[in-house]
Amino acid sequence: MRLNFHAQGWLLALPAVVLLATFTHVPAVSTLIDSFYATPRGREVAHFVGLEQYRTMLADPIFWRALQNNFLYALITIPVSIGIALAMALWVNGRIRGRAVLRLAFFTPTILPMVAAANIWLFFYTPDYGLLNQIIRVFGNSSVNWLGSPASALPALMMVTIWKEAGFFMIFFLAALQQVPPDLYEAARMENAGRWQIFYRITWPLVMPTTLFVAINALINAFRVVDQVIAMTGGGPNNATMLLLFYIYQVAFNFWDSGYAAALSTVLLLALAIVALAQFFLVDRKIHYR
Amino acid sequence: MSTITRIVSAALAVLALGTSAASATDVTFYYPIAVGGPITKIVDGYATEFNKSHPDITVKPVYTGSYQDSVVKAMTAAKAGNAPDVAVLLSTDMFTLIDNDLIEPVDAIATSDADKAWIKSFYPAFMENSQSGGHTWGIPFQRSTIVQYWNKEAFKSAGLDPEKAPKTWDEMVAFGTKLTKRDAAGQVTQWGIEIPSSGFPYWLFQAITTQNGAILANQDGTKVAYSDPKVVEAAQFFADLSQKYGVMPKGIIDWGTTPKDFFEGKTAIMWTTTGNLTNVRSNAKFAFGVAAMPSKVRGGSPTGGGNIYIFKNTDKAKQAAALEFARFLTTPEKAADWGIATGYVATRPDAWQTDMMKKYTVEFPPAVVARDQLKDAVAELSTHDNQRVTKALNDALQAVLTGTDKPKPALDRAQAEATRILKSYQH
Repeated sequence: MRLNFHAQGWLLALPAVVLLATFTHVPAVSTLIDSFYATPRGREVAHFVGLEQYRTMLADPIFWRALQNNFLYALITIPVSIGIALAMALWVNGRIRGRAVLRLAFFTPTILPMVAAANIWLFFYTPDYGLLNQIIRVFGNSSVNWLGSPASALPALMMVTIWKEAGFFMIFFLAALQQVPPDLYEAARMENAGRWQIFYRITWPLVMPTTLFVAINALINAFRVVDQVIAMTGGGPNNATMLLLFYIYQVAFNFWDSGYAAALSTVLLLALAIVALAQFFLVDRKIHYR
Repeated sequence: MSTITRIVSAALAVLALGTSAASATDVTFYYPIAVGGPITKIVDGYATEFNKSHPDITVKPVYTGSYQDSVVKAMTAAKAGNAPDVAVLLSTDMFTLIDNDLIEPVDAIATSDADKAWIKSFYPAFMENSQSGGHTWGIPFQRSTIVQYWNKEAFKSAGLDPEKAPKTWDEMVAFGTKLTKRDAAGQVTQWGIEIPSSGFPYWLFQAITTQNGAILANQDGTKVAYSDPKVVEAAQFFADLSQKYGVMPKGIIDWGTTPKDFFEGKTAIMWTTTGNLTNVRSNAKFAFGVAAMPSKVRGGSPTGGGNIYIFKNTDKAKQAAALEFARFLTTPEKAADWGIATGYVATRPDAWQTDMMKKYTVEFPPAVVARDQLKDAVAELSTHDNQRVTKALNDALQAVLTGTDKPKPALDRAQAEATRILKSYQH
C-alpha cells in the first residue's frame, strides 16, 4: 500500500522528471564531463586533460572581463530596477485617474521581445540623429556615441535591462501591495504616522518576500543577459560589453572550442546554483512571512 | 477482385515511384544572405532551373541565415552526421572547415580537363582565399571588395570637384577637412568620412594596411603580422582620422548604420562593401559616385564574401552532383546574372563579356569599379582558428579607435595572442 503510494507519486511526476532530466540535468552533467576534455580537431577523439581548461580560464583576460561586467550588471540593474518597480507600483496602486492606462504603459516594455526592445534602443542610441542625441543637441551639447565608446556602452545596455525589467517587477509588487491588509494603514493613520513612516514600517517589511523573490530573479537574469549584447554591440568595443553567456556562445560557435566553452558553462552553472542555494537556505529564514 | 487488383497495382506504382525518386541524387544546398534584395527568390529560381535541366539530380536549397548562422548550422549538422552536400560560406571559413575535416578539395573531384579549366577561370584575387596547401577548397561565388562611395552634392557645396574622390591618404584628410561642417555652436553636422569599425573592423582596416604595403597573414594561415611597423602606422592613421584630424566621428562606427548616415547626409564619404551598391543606388536621393580605395604606397582592398564548398561524403554520386551544381552556379551567364541582381563582383572575366553584363555596365558604370580594383586586391585575413585570431586584432583596433590604447602596445598584444593560438599549427 505504502509502496503503491510512492509509485503513484513518481508516476505522476514522471513526465516532468523525464523532461527535466533530458533537457537540463543530463546536458548539465555532460557539460561538466566535457570540460575535462580537450576540444577534438577534425575526426580525432577528445582526450582527457583534467583541469587544463580551467587553468586556461584563469589566465584568460576576456573571461575575467566578462565576469566583472556581469557583476557590475547585477550590482547596478537590480537595485535600480527594483526601486523603480516599487515606485511605479506604489503610484499605480493609489486611487488615481487613468490608473489602468498607466499600468498598461508601465507594463508595455515587458511584452516586447528583448531583440525588439534592443532595436528600439539602438535607434535611441544612434549617434547624431538618434533620439537621445537629438535631445542632447537641443541643449547645445555634442552628440554622444553611446554604444561606440567603452565608458558608456555597458551602462547603455544596463539601461535597456532596467527599462524592460522594472515594468515586469512592478506587477509582482502591485500584487504584493494589494495583499497588505488595509486595517494596518488605517491604524497607522489614526496614530498620525507620516507617509514615509507608513512605507518604512508597514509596506516595506510586508512586501519583503516579493522583494527577495524579485531580487533573486533579477540576479539570475543578470547572468543570463545575451540578447541585447548580440543585437546591440557584439561584446564590443574591445570587450567593454562582453558578458559571460555571450562569451560562451562566442567560444562555442565562433571559435568551435567546445571543451573551453563547457568549462565556461560549468562556471556559469555553478554561479547560478549558488544563487539558488542562497535563496533556499540562507535568506528564506530571515524574511518576515505572516 | 477488381478492388484488390487496383490496390495492388496502386501499391506497386507507389513503390516504383519511390524507387525512381530514390535513385535520383538529392543534394542539400545551404546558403546565407548578407545583402538586401529578394535573394531567396533568386536562389530558389537557380535551383529550380538546375533541377529541370538535370532530371537525375534534385537540389534542395536551404536558407540558413547570416554567414555566421550558416557556418554554425553547417558545422553542427556535420557533427551530427548530417552535413549539407554543398554550401556557400565565408571564404575565410576555409581553414576552419579544413581543420574540422568537413570539406573535400574541389580539385579532388573536378578532374576532367573541362573541370580543371573551370577552376582556372576565376579572378586570381578571389582564388587567394580559396586555395591552400596546393589544393582548391572553395569556388568564388558571392565575392566583394571595399569601395568608397561619395556624395557629389556635398563635394560641390564644399568647393570640391564633385567628380573626383580622394585618391591618396593626404587627399582623404584634405577633402575630409573641407567636408566636415559645423553649426554655429561648433557641433558637427556633416562628417568628412566614415569607416565602420563595429563587428569586424579588421576587414576595413585591412584596406588601410594593404595601402600601406603590409600583408596581414601568410597564405598557409599559420602566421600573422599584426605588429609590423607598417600595420602600426596604418592603425595610427585610422585613429588619427577621428582623434587628430577630426574628419571622422570618434569611437566605434556601426557597420549597419553607415549606409543610413550616408543617405541622411551625415557623412560625405563612406567605405563599405560593393555588395551595398544596389542598396545605395535605390536609397541615395542625391548624385553619388563609387571609387576604388585611395592609396598610400599602393592602392588596394581585401576581397570579401562567400565561396561554394563541397562537403566530404562517402556517397561519390552526391559529390559529383554537388560539383555539377557548383559548376552551374558559376557559369559566365549565372555569374553575370548574380552580380547584377546583388552588386557582388561577377567572379570571372568572361562573365563581363556577356551581353547582359555589357548592357548593365553601360547603364550603370559604377558597377565596374570593384572589378577594376581586383588587380590591387589581396586575400581577406584568414588563418587557422580564424575567428579567434581575428578577434585579437578586432579588440586591439577597437581599443585604439576608442582611445583606450596606443597602436603599438595594442597591436603587440594582439600579435602575442595570435602567435600563441597559431603555435599548434606551425609544423
